Amino acid sequence: MLKISGLNAWYGESHVLHGVDFEVREGEVVTLLGRNGAGKTTTMKSIMGLVPRREGSIAYKGAETIRMASNKIARAGIAICPEERGIFGSLSVTENMMLPPIVAPGGLDLDTIYTLFPNLKERASTSQGTKLSGGEQQMLAIARILRTGAKMLLLDEPTEGLAPVIVQQIGRTIREIKNRGFTVLLVEQNFRFAATVADRHYVMDHGVVIDMIPNHALEANMDKLHDYLGV
Amino acid sequence: MFTILGIPGPLLFGQLLLGLINGAFYAMLSLGLAVIFGMLNIINFAHGALFMMGAFVSWMLLEYVGIGYFPALILAPLIVGIFGLVLERTIVSRLYKLDHIYGLLLTFGLALVIEGLFRNGYGSSGMPYRIPAALQGATDLGFMFMPNYRGWVVLAAVVVCFLTWLIIEKTSLGATLRAATENAPMVQAFGVNVPRMISLTYAGGVALAAFAGVLAAPIYSVNPNMGSSFINTVFAVVVIGGMGSILGSILTGFGLGIVEGLTKVFYPQASATVVFLVMVIVLLARPRGLFGKAV
Ligand SMILES: Nc1ncnc2c1ncn2[C@@H]1O[C@H](COP(=O)(O)OP(=O)(O)OP(=O)(O)O)[C@@H](O)[C@H]1O
Ligand SMILES: [Mg+2]
Repeated sequence: MLKISGLNAWYGESHVLHGVDFEVREGEVVTLLGRNGAGKTTTMKSIMGLVPRREGSIAYKGAETIRMASNKIARAGIAICPEERGIFGSLSVTENMMLPPIVAPGGLDLDTIYTLFPNLKERASTSQGTKLSGGEQQMLAIARILRTGAKMLLLDEPTEGLAPVIVQQIGRTIREIKNRGFTVLLVEQNFRFAATVADRHYVMDHGVVIDMIPNHALEANMDKLHDYLGV
Repeated sequence: MFTILGIPGPLLFGQLLLGLINGAFYAMLSLGLAVIFGMLNIINFAHGALFMMGAFVSWMLLEYVGIGYFPALILAPLIVGIFGLVLERTIVSRLYKLDHIYGLLLTFGLALVIEGLFRNGYGSSGMPYRIPAALQGATDLGFMFMPNYRGWVVLAAVVVCFLTWLIIEKTSLGATLRAATENAPMVQAFGVNVPRMISLTYAGGVALAAFAGVLAAPIYSVNPNMGSSFINTVFAVVVIGGMGSILGSILTGFGLGIVEGLTKVFYPQASATVVFLVMVIVLLARPRGLFGKAV
């Protein structure tokens, strides 16, 4: 579904990704693990076309996207829930929800979304998206890309800084959308959470992928993982 | 004859109406500037020249093609809007990655070029544009006679400002515009063609200026300087209202027109400077402007 080879990326002069290689198969939930600054967010933004200078190959459903503008990549069926959530303060909650255009059939309808996120329904009339709590903003940021029909979802640290109940709710949501046939690339710091939702884990460090661990082998590789993540 | 505060009623209301007319133009022009600034982050100094072009194009349509006022109200903004689109695509778009000051200098230069070209072609004495027959005459309002055309200008300006506000604040297109103003890369990453939206926003702001130009043609003589005589005050309006605020520019535009009109009645010597006085006071008390958001 998504195949990344030899991906390099730069912010101005600083060279951040040095040949990233990995692959996500259709219907999988795959995580990128790694320390702060390893390049996980930069990898996500590169896939979405949000990093100004990138080289290498990012193939989505066999088509090369490395030269495409981000709106074309979105139209191809990839959607991002960014690390900083990207909720708009000048838009109401409903406007935030309806902002991303439909790019393909097969997205979730509002009723289904509100069943997954009952809190959002209650807050739908809130006049500024940024008046929501952190957890609600995170849910809104995930919910609005479920509508669009994009089948490849990039979720960048959706559980960061959230209360355990909300983390659980987000975990349930990820399993639910996997059941519905979505493919998910998930960035996580918390590999205990990652283990509850993912099929495979890639470990990044200093701008490259250094290992891949299938979820069933996670326990056996705990020592290695602690070492990689420095925890 | 009745008087108010020792001022003859007709004089007071006459000046109020004049103020309202000027305010209508301030509102339409600063609204376009606000919309353009929000999306492009450029202070469009060519705005006055494009307003003037709107008046000129309506005059040319009548003079050379025999197309009258009402069709010109649609056609002139369309033509000038397309001109704006070409300007944005070919020149203005090259500056987005640079500092504000470049956009300011470029659009200022464009204004000089456009005005210079029209001055070369038509001189600066100005051409009259007749009020269309349907809007000639005056109506007795009881307390004053109101020239119909002036009433029409205020009405048309209010409607156009309201529609623009409605589109931006209440439609999904407007929501996308507001979102792109806040974080354009994010909106583009949702699949919106933001560069095209930016071009069309510029064209829209320009068309608004041209529409105001057509409305102005029968009131002021159609001449190459008509934009620059307005634009200084309009920039003061933008600063007072708060950069980029839609409702702010509309209300401040009309409000300052009225303040100017009243000053003409009560203290005529200050009528040319009162707007700038208000600007200084507002900037001292509230640097972001009356309606500006905190930065
Ligand atoms: N906009 C930017 N400009 C310059 N350097 C940046 C920018 N964003 C990130 N970097 C640098 O690029 C490197 C990779 O950052 P990135 O955000 O991709 O890491 P990350 O793995 O997502 O980290 P975290 O776990 O903290 O989110 C870091 O060294 C960071 O300082
Ligand atoms: Mg990150």
